[in-house]
Amino acid sequence: MNERALRAAPLLFGLLALILWEAAVRLAGVPVYIVPGPIAIVQAFLADPSGLLMSLASTLIVTFAALIVAATLGVVLAVAMAASRLARAAIVPWAVVLQVTPIVAIAPLIIIWVGNPFAALVTCAVIVAFFPVFANTATGLASAAPELSDLFVLYGAGRWRTLRLLRLPSALPYFLSGLRISGGLALVGAVVAEFVAGSGGFASGLAYRILEAGYRLQIPRMFAALVLLSIAGIVINFGLGALGDFILRRRGDAPIG
Amino acid sequence: MLRIRAVGRRFDNGVEALRDVSLDVAQGDFVALLGPSGCGKSTLLRLIAGLDRPDTGGLEWDDGRRTAPGDIGFVFQDATLLPWASAEQNVFLPLRLRGMAWTEAAGAVRATLARVGLEGFEQQRPRQLSGGMRMRVSIARALVTRPRVLLMDEPFAALDEFTRHRLQADLLRVWQDVGCTVVFVTHSIYEAAFLARRVVLMTPRPGRIEREMDSTLVIGPQTRLDPAYTTLVASISRAMEQALTAA
Repeated sequence: MNERALRAAPLLFGLLALILWEAAVRLAGVPVYIVPGPIAIVQAFLADPSGLLMSLASTLIVTFAALIVAATLGVVLAVAMAASRLARAAIVPWAVVLQVTPIVAIAPLIIIWVGNPFAALVTCAVIVAFFPVFANTATGLASAAPELSDLFVLYGAGRWRTLRLLRLPSALPYFLSGLRISGGLALVGAVVAEFVAGSGGFASGLAYRILEAGYRLQIPRMFAALVLLSIAGIVINFGLGALGDFILRRRGDAPIG
Repeated sequence: MLRIRAVGRRFDNGVEALRDVSLDVAQGDFVALLGPSGCGKSTLLRLIAGLDRPDTGGLEWDDGRRTAPGDIGFVFQDATLLPWASAEQNVFLPLRLRGMAWTEAAGAVRATLARVGLEGFEQQRPRQLSGGMRMRVSIARALVTRPRVLLMDEPFAALDEFTRHRLQADLLRVWQDVGCTVVFVTHSIYEAAFLARRVVLMTPRPGRIEREMDSTLVIGPQTRLDPAYTTLVASISRAMEQALTAA
């Protein structure tokens, strides 16, 4: 099997599925307000591309803001944990609590408590996105070979130099793969928060468009928004993966794959 | 230069790694600590390095002062290089940890790399180097601070025999050039016989020194073919056999 065929396979498979979908909808005569075919979905998108794209942009801004906050918070807390056992003992249980609490259950509370709608959405998305980047970075900070740690002790390196020259660089690959997972989750968090907030009557993200289209029985438009969301998720996932590979390759590491 | 006096070390899990170990290491000597696994030779090396403390007994350096960072070079069984840093940056590390700037250190770093035969490989990452070359970088890193004593913990055990032979010969040459003291842990009788001026036989459970043997082998390109080398290997083997059956 050659490389090009393997590359083309998912595209061809997807295309085939779309054709079968369109054919099935047409042959069975399913009305578009129940299941629209791919063509109807594209038409719905083309009917109002700027409205949907503006909503996408709004969702993405929340996603990236949340990802940046989650990554910063994750690294800072992971470093604090690596520096002090007391901090570790204090942080770990709460990080787990944050991770296991269903965001849908606490999103309404957050939206009430955090007055600013944008800040409320970002807060929800941060809660969802925080854990992978935090946990991976914490693992990475402790991942240096014990002999290397011994060497730093032997040469009298203080905590700060050990952190900067050994532990942080050791954590980089772990951080990057955590960031990739968190990127996808930030989008999920943003959408969930928009759903909750959307019914409260503010914000204009893609989730709100989906709700709105649902109320108006514009099912093809609902699907169009959904497709945009999946594309955004895929791009974020692959983009962060490529960014990680690029950074590690530049540094001379083997790619994490 | 270093006097180890009746040192004992028992780990938290109850294993007695060392019991009543005494050893003098003279300035400029090349001492091999030889014994099977579990005889405490690596533990002894970590005690000398100050990475671990004895429960009983003590270590004295002859001038009475404590060792400063950089007085001791340590080479582990794995090269343990920073994978993201070039050979040059890896060798620079000990100097950098003492607060030296690259411009001050560059000359010493390049000279040390050249000493271990790595001229032209300064910019390579560990991943691009062979196992033997990685070990050379590791040795250069240990030498760059001009240590008083070089501690080596089975550094060549993971290399193939041809590479090992070449590195052993080069290590002797570097030792003669630099004139530092070497304490070398190994479980290979051949390696101990080839390298050391003094071979210290250790036995396990608990780890203790059984016997010390001096070598009068003439160091040169033909050492491995010298009948005196074969004789030395045989007498170390015999002594080790006796020590292990007696224990």
